[in-house]
Amino acid sequence: MTATKLPATDIVIIGLGWTGSIVAESLTAAGLNVVAIERGPWRDTATDFPPDYAPDELRYAVRYDLMLRPAQTTLTFRNNPSQTALPIRSWGSFLLPNGVGGAGVHWNAETWRFLPTDFVLKTHLTQRYGANFLPPDMTIQDWGVTYDELEPHYDRFEYLCGTSGTAGNLKGEKQPFGNPFEGVRSRPYPTPAQKQPYGPVLWAEAAKQMGHQPFPQPSGNLSEGYTNPLGVTLGPCTYCGFCERFGCGNYSKASPQTTILPVLMRRANFEARTHCEVTRINLDNTGKRATGVTYVDSEGKEWLQPADMVFLCAFQMFNVQLLLLSGIGQPYDVTTGKGVIGRNYAYQVTSNVQSFFDNKIFNPFIASGSIGMCIDDFNGDNFDHGPHGFVGGGYMGMVQPNARPIEMTPVPPGTPQWGAPWKKAVKDNYLSTILPATHGSCYSYRDVYLDLDPTYKDRFGRPLMRLTFDFHENELKMSQFLTDRLAEIVQSMGPRQIVKNPRKGHYNIVPYQTTHTVGGAIMGTDRTTSALNRYLQSWDVPNLFVMGASAFPQNPGYNPTDTVAALCYWSLDAVHNQYLKNPGPLVHA
Amino acid sequence: MPAAQSGDTATNARPRRSGPRLMANSPAAKSPSARAAAAQDRRGAEARPGVIGRRALLISTALLLVTRAAEAYAEGLLPGSGMPWRPFAGEPPDIAKPGPWIFFTPEEGAAIEALVDRLIPPDPETPGGKDCGCAAFIDRQLAGSYGSARGLYMSPPFAQGTPEQGAQAPATPAQLYRHMLGALDAHCRETYAGKSFGQLPDAEKDKLIGAMESGSLLLQGSPTTGFFQILLQDTRYGFFADPIYGGNRDMAAWKMIGFPGARYDYRDWVERHNERYPHPPVAIAGRPEWSRQPS
Repeated sequence: MTATKLPATDIVIIGLGWTGSIVAESLTAAGLNVVAIERGPWRDTATDFPPDYAPDELRYAVRYDLMLRPAQTTLTFRNNPSQTALPIRSWGSFLLPNGVGGAGVHWNAETWRFLPTDFVLKTHLTQRYGANFLPPDMTIQDWGVTYDELEPHYDRFEYLCGTSGTAGNLKGEKQPFGNPFEGVRSRPYPTPAQKQPYGPVLWAEAAKQMGHQPFPQPSGNLSEGYTNPLGVTLGPCTYCGFCERFGCGNYSKASPQTTILPVLMRRANFEARTHCEVTRINLDNTGKRATGVTYVDSEGKEWLQPADMVFLCAFQMFNVQLLLLSGIGQPYDVTTGKGVIGRNYAYQVTSNVQSFFDNKIFNPFIASGSIGMCIDDFNGDNFDHGPHGFVGGGYMGMVQPNARPIEMTPVPPGTPQWGAPWKKAVKDNYLSTILPATHGSCYSYRDVYLDLDPTYKDRFGRPLMRLTFDFHENELKMSQFLTDRLAEIVQSMGPRQIVKNPRKGHYNIVPYQTTHTVGGAIMGTDRTTSALNRYLQSWDVPNLFVMGASAFPQNPGYNPTDTVAALCYWSLDAVHNQYLKNPGPLVHA
Repeated sequence: MPAAQSGDTATNARPRRSGPRLMANSPAAKSPSARAAAAQDRRGAEARPGVIGRRALLISTALLLVTRAAEAYAEGLLPGSGMPWRPFAGEPPDIAKPGPWIFFTPEEGAAIEALVDRLIPPDPETPGGKDCGCAAFIDRQLAGSYGSARGLYMSPPFAQGTPEQGAQAPATPAQLYRHMLGALDAHCRETYAGKSFGQLPDAEKDKLIGAMESGSLLLQGSPTTGFFQILLQDTRYGFFADPIYGGNRDMAAWKMIGFPGARYDYRDWVERHNERYPHPPVAIAGRPEWSRQPS
């Protein structure tokens, strides 16, 4: 098959999700010609998730209609390098996105900033606890960018989305009812926090009684109508309870569709090609300059799209895969610990406490993806880890994202799985059970990484990504600690029964946990331990920028999207102010 | 199936479209024939990537309805070709049609009805799995993409892995059901003097189901726990999923637990704490009484 060469463009973007849309908007506004190539279909609110049939649990939450199909591509998985990885044949632990808008279509829109210390994690922990406090095989790193540098870019994304929340630290002044641990905010949230249902309110009262400092979770499901700086208007969230895994039919969840695309699509210098999959980033004969990309359309025809700059904006896993398949950067070698592509994969460590009550009606179906009350007292290094023997932490709270009945009909332990007793238990507990949860960090380790599988191939015959990952003792200790703290709060609410579910044992690819997969093409200050410099520019190929959570050197105890977007704007600032004036490496190392 | 306009379920929750509307001069805003012609024009410009599938998309709404659009068509957007969407171009769900079994044989269907009615037995307030349509639900699901494992990664080699690595079996759900229901039938006829599973007394049915659950029963040499868990899961899906898929008849399961279904707007209720939500459920296709003649 010979690829047909197309006319050159200034910019080619691989993947039209959150970062692809932000990059395209920013660079078309500067007058550049931008082509975005997207593997999945076009998606828009009115046509693809209208309220008529958007609230369909089976189709979207169970059969994953908006997600990538494993038949298109999947990963192989093993817990450690001594095992043989096997393919993930149907999605479980995480759900990888597909189509225009990417995971921004079906996220819960929990819009958290990371802590200032998260960005200088290695330095901070070493200074406070000494280098010997960290497990010897832990490979955490500083990011190369600071919270203060990112703050204007967090702000920018939150004002693009209209994020609803209560500030806790406004220009250094602590604010009542906000998160007292957060970094300095230059402005309040663009819209007030969402209203809270019964469960979160009760939980927050209990947490406060115990001396913690509860606040509403920052939400990209909006409390009121909002028009963003691009002139796009979002509507108020209706608390419908069909958020994560669903597109929003109300235009009230921040997504590329509800914040950027309506403007972008009217620009004559923008072009989107959907159902087209980039198979490699092409390099010139020096190997130091990207000449464009090769992609395959839905009929199997191969095309060559030349471009001056390439922005790799696919989901984290596929950013790493495309770098490996394109021969960009040195692949990570687990035996030597050298190499950068695939290094420092990390996940997220979640847990919960099932809480069964008598005589309470929580109406748990009144929900939004981000509604809920949280505390941050046990996140990051907000508490002294000295006595506990682990590092890291997470937020915890009573978040009420849904009570769709296939997924959320909990019964007390000991209830039979079927028959009349099961049916009665489902009926008795549906309205009176809540599921407070913890959302913990996952730090990086030497034996956790991504590479290409030697056996299994995708539909183009390319090797699948191979994921080698297991939870480490540090994270399991952390999860037990967080879950115990959460259980103390819930216990004080007077439940009939609670069930603590800390993360335990080996990582299992089957039950859904979270789609917060990170790392593998990380940013940093040293090109021997990072794939990208502090501006998300490839050390090896300076006209290639790689967006997304693949740049995280480890995963803090928060949801990633706000930081993914802030890094994207930070990188674009450097592109506009430095790179376009003088193309080349932005950091000389 | 109820025939009420699906929009009735949620019109009060639907805000005005907030993004810019289609440009008046875009092909998408013109009549269908103009759109098709425009698509033909672009088709004529050979060697434009990604456009070909768009023509297929525009030519036939009927085709669109029967294909899973996410996999079956391509769409490209080129400068000057207008917006990449058009009105009413969505992909409504595949609604299960009433009628005879599609996947199951009559014997298999009888066995499944008996199984789902023991997994979720009837009680005075709520019908059981059979009358809720769980068997019809499973039948339609097995006849569709779920049954054929469409969209899943089914490439060899198939190897036995650790439990943490997830299911690796090459059999599709449809193949699994066919095999296991056949084995169950043979086992019952051998053990119970020619009787099928559905002809056994409830206590005997429960004993067999319990033995499948615990793994103490082999059916014609095949282990049963994996099948039991899939059957149980599919039965629950049928009990709780929207009625358009053939189960949860009259939203019986939603009424039982107090889930209001596809209402899509609780702004007036989010701060009414510890108070029972008073309104009955609605489904994607409305409520049965909206389309029934009053008797």
